Amino acid sequence: MRYLSLTDADRRAMLAAIGASSVEELYRDVPKAALLDRPLDLPRGLSELEVTRELEKLAAKNIPAGSVPSFLGCGAYRHHVPAAVDYLVQRGEFLTSYTPYQPEIAQGTLQALFEYQTQVALITGMEVANASLYDGATAAAEGVMMANRLTRRTKAVLAGNLHPHYAETIATYARFNGFEVAARPPDPSGNDDPAALIDGETSCVVAQNPGFFGHLRDLAPLAEACHKAGALLVVVVTEPVSLGLVRPPGAMGADIVAGEGAALGNGLNFGGPYLGLFATRDKYVRQVPGRLAGATHDAEGRRGFVLTLSAREQHIRREKATSNICTNSGLCALAFAIHMALLGEEGFTRLAALNHAKARALAQKFAGVPGVKMLNDSFFNEFTLELSRPAAPIVDKLAAKRILGGVPASRFWPQLPNLLLVAATETNTEDEMDAFAGALREALR
Amino acid sequence: MSDWSKAVSGFARDAAGPHDNRGLDIDELLLFEQGEEGRSGVDLPAPADGGDSLGGLRRAGPIGLPGLSEPQVVRHFTRISQKNYGIDTGLYPLGSCTMKHNPRLNEKMARLPGFGDIHPLQPVATVQGALELIDRLAHWLKVLTGMPAVAMPPAAGAHGELCGMMCITAALAAKGERRKRVLVPESAHGTNPATAATCGYEVDAIAANERGRVDLAAMKAKLGPDVAAIMLTSPNTCGLFEDEMAEIAAAVHAAGAYFYLDGANFNALVGRVRPGDLGIDCMHINLHKTFSTPHGGGGPGSGPVVLAKSLAAYAPLPWVVHAGEGFRLVEHAEGEAAQTIGRIKEFHGQMGMFVRALAFMMSHGSDGLRNVSGDAVLNANYLLARLQDVMTPSYPGPAMHEVLFDDRFLDGTGVTTLDFAKALIDEGFHPMTMYFPLVVHGALLIEPTENESKAGLDRFIASLRRLTERAKAGEAEFFHGAPHLAPRRRLDETTAARKPVLRWRPELAAAE
Amino acid sequence: MSILRFTKDHEWVRVEGDEAVIGITDYAQTQLGDIVYVELPEPGKRIEQGKEAAVVESVKAASEVYAPVSGEVTGANAALADDPAKVNADPMGDGWFFKVKLANAKELDGLMDEAAYQKLVEGLG
Repeated sequence: MRYLSLTDADRRAMLAAIGASSVEELYRDVPKAALLDRPLDLPRGLSELEVTRELEKLAAKNIPAGSVPSFLGCGAYRHHVPAAVDYLVQRGEFLTSYTPYQPEIAQGTLQALFEYQTQVALITGMEVANASLYDGATAAAEGVMMANRLTRRTKAVLAGNLHPHYAETIATYARFNGFEVAARPPDPSGNDDPAALIDGETSCVVAQNPGFFGHLRDLAPLAEACHKAGALLVVVVTEPVSLGLVRPPGAMGADIVAGEGAALGNGLNFGGPYLGLFATRDKYVRQVPGRLAGATHDAEGRRGFVLTLSAREQHIRREKATSNICTNSGLCALAFAIHMALLGEEGFTRLAALNHAKARALAQKFAGVPGVKMLNDSFFNEFTLELSRPAAPIVDKLAAKRILGGVPASRFWPQLPNLLLVAATETNTEDEMDAFAGALREALR
Repeated sequence: MSDWSKAVSGFARDAAGPHDNRGLDIDELLLFEQGEEGRSGVDLPAPADGGDSLGGLRRAGPIGLPGLSEPQVVRHFTRISQKNYGIDTGLYPLGSCTMKHNPRLNEKMARLPGFGDIHPLQPVATVQGALELIDRLAHWLKVLTGMPAVAMPPAAGAHGELCGMMCITAALAAKGERRKRVLVPESAHGTNPATAATCGYEVDAIAANERGRVDLAAMKAKLGPDVAAIMLTSPNTCGLFEDEMAEIAAAVHAAGAYFYLDGANFNALVGRVRPGDLGIDCMHINLHKTFSTPHGGGGPGSGPVVLAKSLAAYAPLPWVVHAGEGFRLVEHAEGEAAQTIGRIKEFHGQMGMFVRALAFMMSHGSDGLRNVSGDAVLNANYLLARLQDVMTPSYPGPAMHEVLFDDRFLDGTGVTTLDFAKALIDEGFHPMTMYFPLVVHGALLIEPTENESKAGLDRFIASLRRLTERAKAGEAEFFHGAPHLAPRRRLDETTAARKPVLRWRPELAAAE
Repeated sequence: MSILRFTKDHEWVRVEGDEAVIGITDYAQTQLGDIVYVELPEPGKRIEQGKEAAVVESVKAASEVYAPVSGEVTGANAALADDPAKVNADPMGDGWFFKVKLANAKELDGLMDEAAYQKLVEGLG
């Protein structure tokens, strides 16, 4: 078998050195009844060619978003990832290395993480960022638990503009970790103010910007309301490209930022693996979950990087750790860092401007369509349309015509059947927008 | 110079470094120290529209990101990658990490546009192949473990542990029970007690017996109506099969508690033993360990959790279920999923890792997977046989897929486990896991995996034997200074923790 | 006349009148290695003998520090925030952790004197 290096002669020689007559003898500590004596009822091994054929067949049953007009957002955005990114992350030294616990031979990973942490801090406007968490939703849950620890309170308020998967994830963690959640109902108007729910037992408010329905809001007044009550503001960002054009959470008074970074450097991948961005203030760093890369010097005085403040983590602190997280999203963070390095200040800000321009152009296309009402007075690259009829069947109809025309809000909340969430990025062309608008017009006739 | 100044002084643009190149090991500044205005590695058209709908929230002021061209970025990351040791470089014998070969077929399959370029919220009719793949992988996992159900969403092993403990808590709550304690062996991986604590449990440690296994009598003595679960690893972190697993399961179930198995060491058992036959209730599987998905410098992983019938109803959303000829996604807590614990992450799970793991399984087949575990166990026992006369194994054999040594063989040499491991770097190997498990002194846990050739193992054995000789010959000085040949010598982790410098800042460029 | 006592968990307490100064011993700091951070109790906090009162961190370990005596915290060693190395350099002096107003002098009777503690440490090898 192509991945196994031992020959039968090797195996015989090794068994002789061990003093065993068969590999089965080495399993003598396993109760006989539990040892399987024949292969399980699963397919036999296949060559590369055979595996490729099988999996290509499965892949062919899916419609890749890039092969059709596609306008989907809701926390996952299709951007053009430069070719160099995927080439670099596949270098064996990056792809096949482990967590950098032996820093002397892991300076590649550690320097890249240090750069990534810096990039995340810069774009969010915060002081310090960690080396990644699993995704935006678990990052938000970890942010709430961190706020609980810092304030010694146990009630989190969730704004009505928060991504429903994030709200649900926080609610699950709340149920089992023993804290409370007060969630505002979904807010397509973008006007709901969660400040009214803040009291002396609130640990934090979690609000998203741009909001789930696309609206942009100045969160500074909310930050002030939180701080006045001794609570923290956790801001969620699901589209990192927005930070190239929109006022960042750090400039609005956020204490913790939890975000989804996969849109940069990583593909859509049907929702995973994604990338949890996590940033906060320096004074809270000892309560941060997950790994942190730091700078130092080696025995010869050369600058180098190491994982640090490890006493927060599970392998040292065990049941008192700031989080149980071990494996994070390292390679996705590397991809993010490379994409950001290629973009630079000019590229990142221009990419953001382009996305916004595309969304404005798309919004214009719907302006004259009967039965379509735009709900947003502000947006970055995503907004909400209210249709004269239920959106889900229309989306299915469009999909049958090979147009991926947004996500119906009813997928999350059955009580919002006529709302359609639509996103545009730099990858969308005018022809695609015309096709979408035309098909929508047709479907609403 | 204060510690702080020392830490930041290396950041100055005109500092002495990096002129410390050593042949192909080329030193490399940070991106932020090389950036210039007016440069980008991406060409983007200028937006046609000058207006905005930002509601007055346009970002003011520069962000501070450095500008580099594509060749500069490619060189930057290529150079720093060359300072990394990977599985592709050589043997990576980290115990309990299962650093096996990462097949490139997996990477190619995961990047097929039909898998890599599909949005999680596309209409389900347009992603039937993706749902079918998840279902197929779920089937392999259930058959390999002998369990009836599997939760696919968890993002990594620790997340799987959390998922399992949440399901157990929900199952108890459904019976009107609220238990306070979780039993965990002293040798357990740190994520086990951390996970139990996250779910609000008190962690009660069980001692090991002289055979290195969970002491059954001690465990039984700790059982009671307030114990929710035991979290066990088998083979355990000493590389030994917990041969009383069935008795443990019986006792745990009799006490109304659940049996969680940490599947990190499944590589020893895959294709040969089904944990479901031994009475477990749930187990996470690390796809990035047993099923070859790459570690990527720290992640991403994937930790699906197989579940007994008693826990299946609580599995997190979403569920991939059969619907006529195809599949649908259950995304709400209603109908068959009314008792779900809910979502534990966004979207559906680590699809990219599912594709890679399935490609690995299909490549080996059920017959081949027996050879995976067989060669993994053979390799570990070969190391034990060829090293036990010079190093000190903590327990008599046979080992499973990993073998545990402790530092008794270094007694009186002035060389610690840490020193020994750092010297191994100069020999061209990544060190083994050190100081874990905590149950022996100066632990050295070695896991070769199934991919290693005999010649490769013999080279490794020769290096360890040579190092042991040198330690016993009084060369402590050499060991204290190791590594000598790596891209960096030993790093000052004390200052890094006392005066953390966790990012580059513009002020650092001016500091001296 | 000050009284010096020790616990089996390697904490020391030096009492003068009803003020007790608390820290960790030389054996403890050697075992922990380079100290990187100390989490100290806030003034006003009530601590109980035998319960966790502080946490001391090295690069690779974190250890709870248990209160040798009960009482109200009257002060903590702020110098340790900038220079935790003091704990390694002078654990019985400059590396002190916090001060407590003694609630019950009788608690000292149950603790070891210097000679008994030395014997304990010798026994640990």
